[in-house]
Amino acid sequence: MPHRKVGFGLGSIGSTVVNGVWRLGYASRFFLRTLLGSGMSFRRFHLTIREIYFSGVMSLIIILVSGLFVGMVLGLQGYETLQKYGSESALGTLVALSLVRELGPVLAALLFASRAGSAITAEIGLMKATEQLAAMEMMAVDPISRVVAPRFWAGVISMPLLAAMFSAIGVFGGYLVGVVLIGVDEGSFWSQMQAAVDFRQDIVNGVFKSIVFGVAVTAIALFEGYDAPPTAEGVSHATTRTVVTSALAILALDFILTAFMFRGV
Amino acid sequence: MERTTLDIWVGAFVVAGFIALTILAFKVGNLAGYDGSETYTVYGEFDNIGGLKVKAPVKSSGVVVGRVADIQFDNQTFRARVSMKIGNRYQFPKDTAATILTSGLLGEQYIGLDAGGDPANLKNGDQIKLANSAMVLEQLIGQFLYGKASEGAAEGAKAK
Repeated sequence: MPHRKVGFGLGSIGSTVVNGVWRLGYASRFFLRTLLGSGMSFRRFHLTIREIYFSGVMSLIIILVSGLFVGMVLGLQGYETLQKYGSESALGTLVALSLVRELGPVLAALLFASRAGSAITAEIGLMKATEQLAAMEMMAVDPISRVVAPRFWAGVISMPLLAAMFSAIGVFGGYLVGVVLIGVDEGSFWSQMQAAVDFRQDIVNGVFKSIVFGVAVTAIALFEGYDAPPTAEGVSHATTRTVVTSALAILALDFILTAFMFRGV
Repeated sequence: MERTTLDIWVGAFVVAGFIALTILAFKVGNLAGYDGSETYTVYGEFDNIGGLKVKAPVKSSGVVVGRVADIQFDNQTFRARVSMKIGNRYQFPKDTAATILTSGLLGEQYIGLDAGGDPANLKNGDQIKLANSAMVLEQLIGQFLYGKASEGAAEGAKAK
């Protein structure tokens, strides 16, 4: 009977929407509880330091290497285009502005989501699957303030530092290719860059962006792990969802933030 | 609670992050160019400011002495009122002339100050009397074509 199939299709759309809204509400409550339960991550700061080590310090290699290569590619591609207009001295401006405003925060956040976010989800999902979180509750230890909140603050602290390092090493990569390899004038490379990059407008906004991305990525990773069905399959799905959702959230947030920050003044 | 090897890694990580931020601020950005010293504000009224923007440099003999603080349209005189913040270290005579110039053919626009000979100096809130407008490329081309055309007409008249 065809109308039954239609009814079933509509029902599944409805349940998807209702489930989505339900999950969103649950995620918001989870986020709020993380914020409220974050006293312990500052009173016992070594918990947070441990997590900064695992999500921040361990992401350092991939961030630095990627930043260097992104900067070097920008140097090559920027030179290719700029020399057609005889303005290769603007290479420094191009490399620095694109890194500080966009690529630094966004790419560092994408890398952070896939390097640290997925690890956080898998870790918390497995803790839940092996009933470690339940055991903590039995011992009257709140797993949110003991396990979740330190990871959250570690991510929020690490993200802007990683993004700054990404931009700095990227500018160095652009310098290596542009000045050392191709031979753009060193003086105009730096001076045009310094004239164009504004501290308040570009650098502070970039840092602000990366803080927002840090909050988004770690909150998504923590929630997916906490919400994962306690099975091997559930944890693996949750890890995949963390990477996909974080990437989408980063890019969408980036558009919104950019629209507010740079309105062609 | 004792120190662990983890602490040193995290400490080094945080230090490296702040070093990167400092490099961005001073080497890449223009924070070094800002000196927090005192400034005074003078005004200039221009017929046409072209593409001048807030924060554009104010230069004298090519040296940056201040920045454009604000640009407004004066509805009484129908001219653009530009306020410039100039460092207290730089004092200019009262009859200084301000001109809107362009760095390079297509570069950014800035205000050039040419010092006059008045013994009294500009004070906070003073107005620069001699303010020359920006060169607008379209007007220049128009004048050039007009000049060529009238030249051609004059030659044509001579030939007759």
